[in-house]
Amino acid sequence: MSDDLINIKVNQKEIQVDKNLTVMQACEIAGEEIPRFCYHDKLSIAGNCRMCLVEIEKAPKLVSSCTMPLMEGMSIITNSEKVNAGRKGVMEFLLINHPLDCPICDQGGECDLQDQAMYYGFDKSRYKENKRAVDNKNMGPLVNTIMTRCIHCTRCVRFATEVAGVPELGMLGRGENAEITTYLEQSITSELSGNVIDLCPVGALTSKPYQFKARPWELKRTDSIDIFDSVGSNIRVDSRAEEILRVTPRTNEYINEEWISDKVRFNYDGYYQQRIDTPYIKENQKLSISNWEESLKVLKDKLKTLKPLALIGEHVDLETGYAIKKFMSNYGKNNVECRTDNHAILESLDSYRFNTPLNDIENSDLIILVGTNPKIETPIINHKIFKAYNNDAKVFNIGENISLNYKTEYLGESLSNLNNENLIKALKKSTNPLIVIGSAFLNKIQNIKTLKSIFSYAYKYKVITKEKNNLNFLNPYASRVGQLIIGNTTSNLCEPFSNLKKDNFELVLSFGSEHIANEQFNNCFKVYFGHHGDDGAMGSDIVLPTPLYTEKNGTFVNIEGRPQEAKKCHNPIGSAKEEWSILKKLSDELSFDFIPNTFDQLRSELFDEYPILSDYHEIIAVENSTSITPDIEFEDCKADYPVSNFYMSDVISKNSVTMAKCVDEIISTPSLLEKSA
Amino acid sequence: MSGNHPGLSNNFSRSGEKFSWSKDNLRSIKNIISKYPKGREQSAVMPLLYLAQEQNNNWISIECIETIAETLNMPKIRVTEVASFYSMYNTRPVGENLVQICRTSPCWLRGSNKITKTICKETKCEINDTSDDNKFTVVEVECLGACSNGPMIQINNDFFEDLDEESTKKIIDNIKEGKPNIIGSQKGRRSSENAQ
Repeated sequence: MSDDLINIKVNQKEIQVDKNLTVMQACEIAGEEIPRFCYHDKLSIAGNCRMCLVEIEKAPKLVSSCTMPLMEGMSIITNSEKVNAGRKGVMEFLLINHPLDCPICDQGGECDLQDQAMYYGFDKSRYKENKRAVDNKNMGPLVNTIMTRCIHCTRCVRFATEVAGVPELGMLGRGENAEITTYLEQSITSELSGNVIDLCPVGALTSKPYQFKARPWELKRTDSIDIFDSVGSNIRVDSRAEEILRVTPRTNEYINEEWISDKVRFNYDGYYQQRIDTPYIKENQKLSISNWEESLKVLKDKLKTLKPLALIGEHVDLETGYAIKKFMSNYGKNNVECRTDNHAILESLDSYRFNTPLNDIENSDLIILVGTNPKIETPIINHKIFKAYNNDAKVFNIGENISLNYKTEYLGESLSNLNNENLIKALKKSTNPLIVIGSAFLNKIQNIKTLKSIFSYAYKYKVITKEKNNLNFLNPYASRVGQLIIGNTTSNLCEPFSNLKKDNFELVLSFGSEHIANEQFNNCFKVYFGHHGDDGAMGSDIVLPTPLYTEKNGTFVNIEGRPQEAKKCHNPIGSAKEEWSILKKLSDELSFDFIPNTFDQLRSELFDEYPILSDYHEIIAVENSTSITPDIEFEDCKADYPVSNFYMSDVISKNSVTMAKCVDEIISTPSLLEKSA
Repeated sequence: MSGNHPGLSNNFSRSGEKFSWSKDNLRSIKNIISKYPKGREQSAVMPLLYLAQEQNNNWISIECIETIAETLNMPKIRVTEVASFYSMYNTRPVGENLVQICRTSPCWLRGSNKITKTICKETKCEINDTSDDNKFTVVEVECLGACSNGPMIQINNDFFEDLDEESTKKIIDNIKEGKPNIIGSQKGRRSSENAQ
């Protein structure tokens, strides 16, 4: 028997468990369900709801199992009459001040209190006095509050402090006067604030946009992934008929744990705004409604004579990317590009992905952020860095002096600050250093030597060793890593896209890339495949409607190189057609070689060519790159951050009313503090 | 009703004036913080709230909270939580003399009702109210821990014990006229020695 294991009994069943667990965790291992409200395994233990009472032999009173450490030989009883009576008593107290408004409560049907009251509640109240009423609090445009329903579990307070890293929520007063509020009722300023809605065990904190929209049992659940940043958080999309009504997280301990960013949670109203629902053709400088037959005929004729270039946007799935690659191969090589932001890469996968597995970030003791603002680019990664920070990791920052929700030491604005003395000293002391190179610099690097120098630097200071590779490259786009794996780039050698001779091309096919609006393509015939009408579509000669990620199946590779699937939850809006089927049709008419007849065929062809992609949910394994240079030299470039506004970073979010409210109330409104200053 | 008690409300307000520590208080703060282990300076929040209240005319404004949060390098909401939890931190302006009348059973049995009536009449203000001349704020509180000397009241930092209607009126009159009062028992006994 190992030292860490002890023998205990749960309901007379003997088990061996880790001695560092609590009584509640041991009961769960033994298969006993313990009711709880305040306990949450991602948060610190509060022990204030008292619902998890259990009996421990020889203990005079019932104990709250979430706070009780285990002891050798402990005998726990979870199903006795005494336990039941204790929990019923707690439930009766909880219900004293809880309103009986389940029929008008958004939590109805998925409410912890409702469920547990079915087991432990009385059918009538013995309380004759007035129930207390609490004023609702403002928590911003996302979280709706009905504070009379609050049972003071303080999960939201602990979440804001420990996970989101914004200590803005608190419990004021005490006893009957206790109230949960934000400081002076200001909006929560976290990018993860929506998660308090899932955490709230009752209907006190609910989703403002989803208010009174649906009951949980009416919704169709589709498991999908977040494509609004590169992390690939696992989400669950709830839809009714042809409309998405809400987005909530799915637990994935390797990626997003139980959290998702506010952008993917709330921007779904943007899915249906400004949609391109039918083909358009430009006539007399104006886009006018057309149909598939006509628009494809025009496009076919152009494709016969003009030399095309394909641009791949940030929301393009792998199957589409593969179909584009296949189609474009009929026109020669180097004519598909996903790096429209001049993202510098080397040939190998580890030069453009996040090499540290995301759930390992927290084990680092030194983190260097180089030209990245994880707080608004990838809030989930920011949370992981915050975890490392709480484990006493030191965080350095190079680039702009950005404000994050943890303390960083600012070293300067150019890459050469990597040679800062303090930093070198800290690197030499560190046992598990980690570097994150962000797009702000990656998009500016012109010289391949700089990238190689970064690798040499990482080898020199043991950021990369035989066992691990902690040199990470972070970009905020969901499509990027996957598209680079299947080689959708015009050059594999760090050549910036802006250096490409655009004169060689006469026709630009943009797959959701707004880069098509760039003036360097003014002389080209422009075709935009996309779902939202923005700058890209406005300036194009032909606009073809394609489905959103929720309207088709597709594979995405997240930033750490983990293929995952986004699944279709309803049919495309209007007459939108999947990109691959449009290309298939064009190929047939141009008598190109394009075999797949169905999406499944396309996918299996993709997996045949790139077998590493078929292993869903597993990180693609690669050898550590050896592209290094003997002398470390960094070029001087200025950081240019790709995301400046978290709530409006892509065409979909830009069209979301909820996101617009967030900009209004969270970013644009100066806090009360600033007003008074 | 308890919502009107200046110490029991969760609503804080601004005074509209900048709050910065006086020189004396800055010295005391240094002394107070040094009593706590390194990294645990935030534990000094309660003594600092007292200091702030003393300096800020006997109440805690949002400006006080923000200054304390800055001094101790802790989130403002955490200071607010502490200030709202304890009844001795007043969350709104009170008169020059905060009169707290004990109404818990021992004092009540000895006639605290009469004391309350007298005080309200003499100061011309209701319970939880401030008099027009801003001289008095009267509140009823639970046990202040001087049960053997009941009925009793606390005015700012001083206890007045063994009261009857007459001695209470005298105390209030003295305050009005700016005359000194005898602190403690009004019957002349030392602390809580046996009554004669």
